[in-house]
This record gives sequence, structure tokens and C-alpha cells, in this order.
Amino acid sequence: MLRLLRRTLTILFLLPASVMAQGLEDLVTSLPDGDFDDRAQVVNAIALSGDPRALNVLELLSDGQLSYLREDGRIVTVRDEGDDDVAYDVLSEERIGVVGRRDARDVRVNNGLRRDIAAAIGRMGLQNVDPAVRLDAAERAFRARDPEQIDALRAALAAETDPEVTTVFEQALAAAVLRSDAGEADKRIAIAALAARGDRDALSALSPALTDPVLAGEAQAATDKIERSIASWGLAQNLWYGISLGSVLMLAAIGLAITFGVMGVINMAHGELVMIGAYTTYLVQETIRNSFPEMFGWSLAIAVPLAFVTAGAVGVAIERGVVRYLYGRPLETLLATWGISLILQQAVRSIFGPNNREVGNPEWMSGAVDIGQMAMTWNRIWILVFALAVFAALMLVLKRTPIGLQMRAVTQNRAMAASVGIRTGWVDAMTFGLGAGVAGLAGVALSQIDNVSPNLGQSYIVDSFMVVVFGGAGNLWGAFAGAFSLGIANKFMEPWVGAVLAKILILVAIILFIQKRPRGLFALKGRAVDS
Amino acid sequence: MTAQLYLDGVERSFDGFKAITGLSLHVRKGELRAIIGPNGAGKTTMMDIITGKTRPDKGEVFWNEKVDLTKTDEAGSARLGIGRKFQKPTVIESLSVEDNIGLALKTDRSVFATLFARQTPAHADRITELLHLVRLADERARPSADLSHGQKQWLEIGMLLAQEPELLLVDEPAAGMTDDETMRTAELLRDLAGTHTVIVVEHDMEFVRALNCKVTVLHQGRVLAEGSIDHVSANPEVVEVYLGR
Amino acid sequence: MTKLIDRRMGFFLIALFIAVVAIPVGNLAIEGKPVASYVVQLSGKYLCYALLAVALDLVWGYCGILSLGHGAFFALGGYAMGMHLMREIGTRGVYGDPVLPDFMVFLSYEQLPWFWLGFDQFWFAALMCMLVPGALAFVFGWFAFRSRVSGVYLSIITQAMTYALMLSFFRNEMGFGGNNGLTDFKDVLGFDLQSDATRAGLFIASAVALVAGLMIAKAIALSQLGKVLIGIRDAESRTRFLGYRVEGYKLFVFVVSAMMAGVAGALYTPQVGIINPGEFSPANSIEIVIWVALGGRGTLVGAAIGAIFVALAKTLLTGWIPEMWLFALGGLFVFVTLFMPRGVLGVIEESWAKLRRTEPVKEVTP
Repeated sequence: MLRLLRRTLTILFLLPASVMAQGLEDLVTSLPDGDFDDRAQVVNAIALSGDPRALNVLELLSDGQLSYLREDGRIVTVRDEGDDDVAYDVLSEERIGVVGRRDARDVRVNNGLRRDIAAAIGRMGLQNVDPAVRLDAAERAFRARDPEQIDALRAALAAETDPEVTTVFEQALAAAVLRSDAGEADKRIAIAALAARGDRDALSALSPALTDPVLAGEAQAATDKIERSIASWGLAQNLWYGISLGSVLMLAAIGLAITFGVMGVINMAHGELVMIGAYTTYLVQETIRNSFPEMFGWSLAIAVPLAFVTAGAVGVAIERGVVRYLYGRPLETLLATWGISLILQQAVRSIFGPNNREVGNPEWMSGAVDIGQMAMTWNRIWILVFALAVFAALMLVLKRTPIGLQMRAVTQNRAMAASVGIRTGWVDAMTFGLGAGVAGLAGVALSQIDNVSPNLGQSYIVDSFMVVVFGGAGNLWGAFAGAFSLGIANKFMEPWVGAVLAKILILVAIILFIQKRPRGLFALKGRAVDS
Repeated sequence: MTAQLYLDGVERSFDGFKAITGLSLHVRKGELRAIIGPNGAGKTTMMDIITGKTRPDKGEVFWNEKVDLTKTDEAGSARLGIGRKFQKPTVIESLSVEDNIGLALKTDRSVFATLFARQTPAHADRITELLHLVRLADERARPSADLSHGQKQWLEIGMLLAQEPELLLVDEPAAGMTDDETMRTAELLRDLAGTHTVIVVEHDMEFVRALNCKVTVLHQGRVLAEGSIDHVSANPEVVEVYLGR
Repeated sequence: MTKLIDRRMGFFLIALFIAVVAIPVGNLAIEGKPVASYVVQLSGKYLCYALLAVALDLVWGYCGILSLGHGAFFALGGYAMGMHLMREIGTRGVYGDPVLPDFMVFLSYEQLPWFWLGFDQFWFAALMCMLVPGALAFVFGWFAFRSRVSGVYLSIITQAMTYALMLSFFRNEMGFGGNNGLTDFKDVLGFDLQSDATRAGLFIASAVALVAGLMIAKAIALSQLGKVLIGIRDAESRTRFLGYRVEGYKLFVFVVSAMMAGVAGALYTPQVGIINPGEFSPANSIEIVIWVALGGRGTLVGAAIGAIFVALAKTLLTGWIPEMWLFALGGLFVFVTLFMPRGVLGVIEESWAKLRRTEPVKEVTP
């Protein structure tokens, strides 16, 4: 509030009383009056009006596109429509009608006024009431590196109170100063400011100083510092990409870790259960688009339970219909579930067609956030949060609930569990259903970053098996560690060798790793394992 | 006294669980030895260590005083002359009874030798002889999957003998056998002792008594008592382990 | 010798012999071509699949190693032959370069990569189509079997192996034509690949290779080594305690099988006229498994019949109602594992044994 007051006071101080306290309409109407000096004052007043339409007016004025009607003095733009010249009100965009050549006269501008307008447009951003607009204008000024703007930047800097904007103003000023013929002391300060910024833009802003005989040493030191800073931010960015990939891998693999790890069942149809989750999301969004468009922001929240239930139900059906007849025959289970995966794939292809289906990001998942020189997109952030939440929920289910206890009991000693009254068949179905449901959840997340097509599942199946095999079956923490270490390793290799080769190297590394630790990172050791 | 099998200070743990804790055991050539002990006493782990299936964390295991058994694998120990019979009879189910025995016969075990191996009349005679010994001569062409539990036990014993081992490790041979068969097994093992060294792990006290040999009692991965069956069953600690708590 | 050809092998060989005589004669010698040229080509392709199935049956059916990467050995054999066929094109390519294949000219290669050297000689390519898959199987198997990776873990890493190879071969930098693979072949040993006589010749060659593969596999199965393999399959631990170094046996049979698969691939490439990275896809390798499972694992002949049957069904169904093919194939996987774990030949054998009541059929001498 105080800041606003101060800004207003500055404006009041700077302007003659005649142009104060007027609306944009009045200011614009007064444009044709007086000489070019008067017009320059009006331009400044328009720039400071804070009205969002001001920019457009000033740009049109600079281009010589403004006219006034002789009849009533309204300021218009005249557009060519076929054979006619049609006047539009410059502010309201209202179509006034066809005008003759004599009815409208140009508002005249000369080069001096054009410069004033350009400076005013620059200041307009720099002194806007909204800090976000000022920040944007400051960044633009930084990239422009125009010594002409030094005065405007100084003025803006003096009036600035927001610390974040102040920093960018200083950097923009520094960039401009280095290209000007300012004194050595000013340039020293400028180099320091740029070194503190530390990104690629700062590096190019510094380049004029590198050729300066006096400042070259300092500039070189600043350049080196910036390059180090860029490198470490690059590392952080890669780490983020790796974590993000890891969260996707974990989502895809964790359901598999339950069926493979806990039950010892190879479910080759796991990828297709992920696909079912993704298509559920698609259906939910279609329904919302067609019937309740205002609910779109909630589409994922609705899809999550539905996908869990749908995929879970398919999972239970697979277990009851096929898998339960094959316990103790893991290779046969592998083949039968592969057959099921083919059937599910073709079913989806027949129903929804072979092409990608459009699944949209709700608003809260689009866009990105910058931390330093690192960009993180919101959908990736949410997927990481979602993955961690799913993991935590699963741990809770397995460790703290009766069904989790029964699952672990059946895993460890089926016969004993049965003899204390646990319905092992039911527990098997529930465990398989849980794994399948989690695959469905993964599908909701993957629909946000990948193509929703009948091949969605196939593209993840090998990767998810690698995660489980690497992490070690029988332990959810294994899948957790496996997913994140593979994700990070993959993304760290990518800049060196490219995406495909990185993936190949990871596969080869896992194949070799399995030789050393045939049962993965978090394997249960002991006599019982291989008996 | 020269020990054919020598274990000294052997230790082995699995994920923190100490299965063997300082086990020492000396078995003379030609000796018949029974090893008893409650569940979890480390009997199976001990046999896994002797046959090279499991490596000890600590301790020495020597064969005939010069071969380090901690460095061999299962096949290696078998080639040295250590034969092992599992608790649950394991035979090769889809092969015929005679092929099971044929596979166990003492021959060259290398890949190319087996690829080009021809069955000699001597081998055929030996197979017939062994089948008579384990009373499976009438079943020789049947797939071994069709045999009864007791017959499978006998077939496995037959396979063990076909290997011509110097040491036989026999895990609960009497399980699933009729009384008559049990006694016949005990008799067979007594006959084998002398020409072979025999170590029998057993729960069945009647059977151990019938073996009439030196008994080692294992408890919590170490030797609790050693001596004749009467001697160890008079030991109060042994009684407590078996009956107490 | 009599043992080598038992009754079912005998039936199969007779049927194969009739086909080998009838198909080329019907195509080449009879007026009006009652057997169309594409039928000859397709039949040759099926026989390659049959040989591939026999190779897989040898490791899976006899030794219990479920390889989900046998397609890789097949594809490597195919590439080895494809490389020879590319070199044979010579100046007849689009760019007319006497040494470099078209795709290399297109990708501005200066000279032939070292691993393409020697492939201008047929004998070298023929050797490589066995040695390369064999070497890969040896290295992979040596690592995997020595550290006792088995069961589903082994299946999964064989799948990872073929997947990694598929990704590699998709890369242009690998020097194998990338995405498009190798194609536009002109002739083999001077015979025009488009001519009916060459196709008939390749068909007969595939039949000969299949018979040879069956005989080698059967001989291995009947030897003492074959019994050790069955021992490993049924009771790996028991076999170790009998003194057999299991890893050596597995490695032997894995390598033999990979070489056999390589030969099948080498015969496949000239008949279909193209080899591309898609052949490495994990789905292809799993499909081989269902051929064997359907025919009956551990029967060799059954594997060959299963391959021919499924491949024929695929050709017919995809031409007739393409949507049904994956449903049918998927259903086949489920049906066979649930209701016919021993495959068609197993079922036949069981009912035969029931009929006779006396003793199960075992190596009956004709």
C-alpha cells in the first residue's frame, strides 16, 4: 500500500497539473492538441496511466496509425476494408463506419516523438504497478542491453522496492552499462552484478567487458564463476530429470513389485493394466468435456479412484480366471499373462481405435516453475508427489492393515496361513487386484505425459521388469531404490551418449548386475530362498 | 587319528540369523556317524557347507586333510567322492528308473564326454546289480515319477551308491518308509560303513538306535554332545533340548 | 539310427518329404502353376520358423531354460546373411557404389565399417550366421549360468537382451541400416532372388536345414548329455550333487540352440527379402514360445508342427479378419498353458498310452 502511494507521488511530482488525474479516454482525446512537446507530455501521461490499453495506443501512435475525426474529435484507427476506409474507435474497438478522406486527419508524429514514445513504453513496463509486469520488463531490458535505457533503468531502480525486481533491474542496468562508455567504477559494479546472476544470459552480457583491456581479468574471473554455476545448475537439472523419470518408473513398476515380489507371479499383462488406467482417465475426461466442462480441473481426482477400481477389477478377474490355476508354475504364468496382454491390447484397439487419444492436463498441472536456472514442469512435480503418495499408501496397506498382514502371511508360509484360517485364495485375488489397481493409478499419471494408445503398456513393460529385477523382488523398497537409481543413472548418461544408447547401456548394466546379485539389490538372503 | 572329514570353528549366518556357530566335527574314514538335533540346529546348513552349496563365513573344512572344501561347488564335492541324499527324495522324474541310475554312475562328467558317451556292457551290469540291491529291478523301464515315495527313497539311495562315493551324507532316509523298510535301510547303511564313510542325519530315535553308532547332537549351530546313543540320551542338556521348554 | 527316427519323427519326415517334392514341382514343372510362387515363398518361411522352434525346444523343452530372447539369435543370423546379400548388390544399387550399400552412401560413409569386411564372401557370411549368435549366446550364457540366474529371472534378462539389441539396431550409428534394416536384395550365389527356381531352391534348403536341425537336436536329446539336460530341467540341484557342472551343460545347449536359430534366420532373410530391427522385438521372441508350447515342449517334432501351424494361422487370419489375430494368439497362450501344458503331441501321446494301457509309448522302433 505504501509503495503504491510512493509511486503515485512520484508520478504526481513528475507531471504538469494539466494532464494529471485524467482517464485514458481524455488523455487520448487530447493527443492532437498543441505541438509535439505537448504531445510528448500526453504520451508520458498515457504511459503512466496504468491502463492495459495504453500500450496499444502508444504503439499505434508511433506507427502513425492514429487519426482523429473532424466531426467530433474522436481518436480512431482507419482500416482498409475492400474499397472503403473504415474507422474504429481506438479504445473501444467500436466500428464507427466508413469515413471519407476528408473526415479523418492523422495525429502527426516526428522522430523526436517516436523516441519519446519508445522510452515511455520501456518505462511503462519498468514502472508498472504490478511487480510481475515490472519483472518482465526488467528481463526484457536485460536482454536488450541498450545503453539508451540506462537513465530509465536508474530511475526505475530508484523507485523500486521489491527486492526481486530490484535485483533484475540492477542486472539489466549492468548489462546496459557494459555496452556503454560508462566509467571503470560503474563497469566493475556491473561485472559483479552479472557474476551474481550466473546464467547463460549473464555470460553473453559480460562478453563486451572481456575485450576491455582494463577489465578483462575481472570479467574472465566472472565468466569462469558463471560457467561453474551453470554447470552445477545443469547437474541439478539432470538430477531433477532423473528423479522425475524415477518416479514414472516407480509408478509403472510398483504394482509389478507386488505381484512379482510378494506373490512370485510374473504378470506380463501389467503394462496393459497401466494402459487401462490411462484409458479410464481418457473416458472420464471425455465425459466431463461433453457434460460438465466446468469440472475439468477435477478430472484427475475423479479418474484416480475409477482407474484403481477398473484396473483392480480386471486384475482380480485375471487372477481368478487364469493365474490361480498356475501357481507354482511361474513360466506358464508368464506365458498365460502374455496372452492376456495381447487380448487386452487388441480389445482396446478395437474399441478405441489404434490412434493416440487426447488426454489433457488440468490447469494446475500445466506450466512450469523456475528454481534458479532449473525448470520444473508442474505435471512432473505432481507425478513425483503422486508416486511418493502411492508408495507410502502401499507401505501402509502392507504393514498396518489386516489384509496386508494376511498378504505377508500367505507370502511367507501358505500352508500355515491357510491352517490359521486365512482364505488364501481370497488373499491371492486381493493381492493381485491391488497390484493391478496400482498399475491403473500409474496409468492416470502416465496419461499426463505420454501418448494414450494401445501400445502404452508395451513401452513400459521391459523397463518395469528391469526395476523390479534390479531392486530385488519381495521388497517394495527395492522397487523404490531400483526405480530412482535407474532413472537418475539414465538421465545422467543421456547428455553424454544420447537417450537410446543410455537406455541400452542401462540394460546391459542390469544384465551384468544380475550376474553379481542374482536376486537384486534388496534380496532376501537365506536358506529358504532357493530351496 | 586321521579325519576324512574335518570341520573346525565353522560359522555361518543368514541375514543376521546364526545358523552355525563354531561347529567342529571330525569323522574318520569308514565311520558311521549319526547326527541328531532339533529343528534349526543347523543340520542342513552343515551338509550344505560340506557339499559346497554354502560357503562358511569362518572356519576350516577339509577333505582327506588336504582338499579345502570351502573352495569347491556341489559338482566338485560330488566328484571328490561326497554323495548326498536329500531329505525329500529327489529323483529325475521324467527319466526311467534305469536312466536315473545310469546318470549317477561314476563316469566322466565333462560336457563332451557325455555327449559322445556309449553305454558299455559293464555299465549295464552295474545298473542291473544296483537295481536288484534297491529292489527296483522290476520297475527299471518305468518313469521314476510313477514310483511310490518309499521307492523313490530307494532309487535315490541307489543313485548315491552308483556314484561310488567315499562319503555318504544321508538326510532323514527313514522318512516315509514303512518299519520294515526302515530297518532294511539301517542294515544297508551299517553294511556300507567300513568300506564307506557314512553320516546320517535323523530324527527317528528308533532308527538311530538301530544304526548302533557314535551319535553327535547339534544344538543352535554347535555340537552339544557326542558319544553312544545311551551316553547322549543320558546327558541332561540333551534331554532338556529335546524335551524341555 | 533307428532310435533317431521314432514314429512321430517318421511321420513328420514323410509329410515334409511330400511337401518338398510337391510344392516345387507344382510351382515349376506343372503347366498352369497349381502352386503359386508366393506359396513356395511362404512355405519356406514357415520351415525357417519351424527350425527356430526346434532350437528353442532344445533349450526350453529339454533343459528348462525359457529363453525370451531367441528372436535375437534368429535376427542376428538374418542380419549376417542380409549383409552378404547387400554386398552382392554391388553397382546395381540406387547410388551404384561398388562397395558401399545404398544406406551407407546415403548416410555419407567414407568406407565400409570393419565389421562389414568379409561379408562379400558367401562362406564367410554362412559361417558368421552361426558364429555370431553362438558367440552372443556363449558370452551371455557364461555370465548368466555361472552365477546361477535361472527361472523367470533368466527369462526376463533374455528379454532385456533382445530389447537392448533392438534399440541398438534401430540406431543408424550401428551401421546396419537403422530403422529400415537391410533390403532390396538382388541375388544369392548368382541366382536371382525373384525367380521361381531360386525360391524353390531356398525352400528345399530350408527343409534340409530343418531336417538337419531336428536330427542334431534329437541326437543330443538321446545322448547321455540329453539325459543330463533332463536332469537339470527336473531336478537341477540333484544333478549338481551327482557331480555334473550344470552351467557347462546349459551353456553347451544354449550355444547350439542359438546357432541353430541363426541358421534359421539366415535362410529366412533371402526368402522374405528384408531384415529389420523389428525382428528383435520381445513380442516376436515370446511368439516362438507359443509355437513350442502348442506343439508340445520336449518333443522337437511338435515344436516344428506348432510353428508351422501358428504361422499358417497368422497368415490366414491377418488376411481374413486382421482384428481377430491378436485375440486368437492371446487366447492360444491362455488355452495352451491352462489346458494343454504338454501341447498337442503330449495330448496325443497320453491318449495313445491310455488306449494301449500297457506302457507309455517310448521310442518305438518301426
